[in-house]
Amino acid sequence: MEKFTKLKAIVAPMDRPNVDTDAIIPKQFLKSIKRSGFGPNLFDEWRYLDHGEPGMDNSQRPLNKEFVLNQDRYQGAQILLARENFGCGSSREHAPWALLDYGFRVVIAPSFADIFFSNSFKNGILLIKLDTQVIEQLFSDVAANQGYELSVDLENQTITKADGSVIKFDVDEFRKHRLLNGLDDIGLTLQHVDDIKAYEQRRSVEAPWLFN
Amino acid sequence: MAGKTLYEKIWDQHVVRDNGDGTALLYIDRQLVHEVTSPQAFEGLRLADRKLWRVDANLATPDHNVPTTDRSKGIEDPISRLQVETLDQNCSDFGITEFKMDDIRQGIVHVIGPEQGATLPGMTVVCGDSHTSTHGAFGALAHGIGTSEVEHVMATQCLVQAKSKTMLVSVDGEVNAGITAKDIVLAIIGEIGTAGGTGYAIEFGGDAIRALSMEGRMTVCNMAIEAGARAGMVAVDQKTIDFVKGRPYSPKDEQWQQAVKAWNELHSDSDAQFDTSVNIDAATIKPQVTWGTSPEMVVGVDNKVPDPDNETDDVKREGMIAALNYMGLTANTPMNEIEVDKVFIGSCTNSRIEDIRAAAEVAKGRKVASNIKLAMVVPGSGLIKQQAEQEGLDKILTEAGFEWREPGCSMCLAMNADRLEPGERCASTSNRNFEGRQGQGGRTHLVSPAMAAAAAIKGHFVDVTTL
Ligand code: SF4
Repeated sequence: MEKFTKLKAIVAPMDRPNVDTDAIIPKQFLKSIKRSGFGPNLFDEWRYLDHGEPGMDNSQRPLNKEFVLNQDRYQGAQILLARENFGCGSSREHAPWALLDYGFRVVIAPSFADIFFSNSFKNGILLIKLDTQVIEQLFSDVAANQGYELSVDLENQTITKADGSVIKFDVDEFRKHRLLNGLDDIGLTLQHVDDIKAYEQRRSVEAPWLFN
Repeated sequence: MAGKTLYEKIWDQHVVRDNGDGTALLYIDRQLVHEVTSPQAFEGLRLADRKLWRVDANLATPDHNVPTTDRSKGIEDPISRLQVETLDQNCSDFGITEFKMDDIRQGIVHVIGPEQGATLPGMTVVCGDSHTSTHGAFGALAHGIGTSEVEHVMATQCLVQAKSKTMLVSVDGEVNAGITAKDIVLAIIGEIGTAGGTGYAIEFGGDAIRALSMEGRMTVCNMAIEAGARAGMVAVDQKTIDFVKGRPYSPKDEQWQQAVKAWNELHSDSDAQFDTSVNIDAATIKPQVTWGTSPEMVVGVDNKVPDPDNETDDVKREGMIAALNYMGLTANTPMNEIEVDKVFIGSCTNSRIEDIRAAAEVAKGRKVASNIKLAMVVPGSGLIKQQAEQEGLDKILTEAGFEWREPGCSMCLAMNADRLEPGERCASTSNRNFEGRQGQGGRTHLVSPAMAAAAAIKGHFVDVTTL
C-alpha cells in the first residue's frame, strides 16, 4: 500500500448525498478479475452517455460534459469533496479500488458508510469527516475558484486552504499509523514474521502431519 | 477450571499471537482456492511483490464456472472462461497444486478437500467461500473469508480473527426412518432462524448427529452459515478417523499414529461451557421443504404453506407476504400439492456419493414425471462421478429420466449455463433459496436428495418415506 503523508491537490465536488458503491463502480465491472484498472469506469453511469461494459475502449465513448469529473477545471483532482453517507451499498472493495485507480487519495464528507470507510483506509485512501457547515463552505469555495486546491497533512491532521486558514480533522490513531507508514493488513502482519516462524517451528514438532 | 469446547481447543492451538485488542493472529493450515474469489488476491500479491508464505498449504480447483455438460468444447461464456483460465495461470505462476477442469479430481472445493484428505481433523481451513463451514464436520475450524483475507492468508499463512462465542446444537434421540442430514439441518435452521447463530461457532452434537455418516455431517456443517454462524463443527470420533484414513493428503505410518492420538482429543470436554445451547428432539423431524426465500422458511412436507395472517410480528408478516409473492404460492396450500418444473441434485451440500445413492434408490425402476422439464444430478467431484458410475447409479438415474452431468457448482448459483428461467420452480438439494439464486425469477425449494428425487418422480413434493 502506498504511504500517505501530505498532499496538495485540486478538489472535485460530488454534490449529492448517498453516493452508493454501485454509482462509484457499476455492478457489471465487478466480474473483472482485476483490482486495478477500474479508474476509467469510476462513476461510469454518470460519466458517459452510453452504457458501459467491461472491455470497452473508454476513450472512444461519448462523455457526459455536464458531469463534474469531465469538466476541464477538475482535471487532475486527487481530493473528492462529497456529501452525507458516501460509499453506502456493497461490501466489495471495488469502490475504493476505482477511486484510487482514478487518482483520488482523499475524500472529504460529513459522513461515510461503515464498510466503505474501513475498506478505503485499508487501500490507502484517507477519508476525512468534517462538520456539515465546514463542508458547505468548502463546496462554495470550490465553486467560486477555478483550480481550487487544498493541502492535506496527515501527520498534523490539518487541511490548509489557499488563504492559509487551517481546518483540523480527526483520524483514528491506528489507521493514521498505517497510512503514514504504508502498512496494509498484510504489511502489519508481516511485522510479526518472527512470531509466525516460531509458531511453525513449534507446531511442526507437535503436529508434523500438518507440514507435509 | 472448566474444560474447553472443541472450538476453544482448536483456537488455542492456532494462536500465533494475541493482538491484545480482542483479536489474535490465527495460523491457517489449509487454504482452498477457486476461480471466483482468488484473482484479485493473486493480483494484490503481484502488485506488492509478495510471495506465498506456504505454497503447499494451498489447493485449488475451478468449480463455480465450469460447464456440467461436454467439456471438450471448453467454456462458452467469455467471463467464466477468463476466470477459470486466470486460476490456471495463477496456480502455475505461484506453484499451487490445482485440479484443473479436465482432471478427474476436479470438483466443488468443499467436496474435494475432504475427499483428498486435504481437510484433516483439528485443522484451520479457509476458502474465499462462505460454505467453507462444511469442513467443520471433521472437527476442524473452517470458515469462509473475503478476497482481501484470501490474499492475507496467501502472504502470511495467518488471519486476524476475533474469537466467536460458542453454541451447542444438540439433536437428541433418533431420527425416524428416511430422515436425512439435510432434514436435520433444515429443521435446526427453522428452529433457531437464519440469524440464530450470528457471532457463534456452532458445535453440532447429540445422538442423531453422532449417528450421521461423514457425508451427513458435512451436509449439516455446510449449512451452519445459513443459520448465521461462520463455522459449524462436529467432534472427532472413529467415523471421522476411518473416513480420513488412506486419502492422498492424509498422514501415513508413524505420523498417522501420532495424528490419531491428537485427533482423539478433539471433542468438547464434558464440563466445557457453551455460551448458548439448543436442544432438538430428533424424533420430531419430518422431511423438510422450504416454502420461502430464506432457509428458515421451512416446514415438514406434511404441512401447509404458512399463512401470514397468523403471524403477529409485523416485520415477519411483511417478509412472509413478500416471499409468498415471489414464490408464487398461496397460504395454506398443502406442501405436497406444489408442483415443480425442475429438479437439481448437487451442490456442496448434497453431491456426495451417499446423496447420489439416496437419489438413485428413489429413482430405481421409476420414471421422472411428465411435467418435469429437467431433472439433473451433478456429482460433487470427478471421483464421485466415477464411483457412482462403477456402482451403476448413473444408469439407474438416466433410465428414470435424470440427466447425469459433469461435476461443479452448477445450478446451485447459476454462474455457468445451468439455471432456472423466470417463474420456474425447482426442488433443489443446494443450500440457498434466495431470490434469483438459481437464475433470475427462479423459485427454489430446498430439500434432501431423496426428497428431490421423489419430487421428480411424482412431479410435486411428496413425503419420500411414504413412497
Ligand atoms: S455448490 Fe453452491 S454453495 Fe457450494 S461452493 Fe458452489 S456455489 Fe457455493
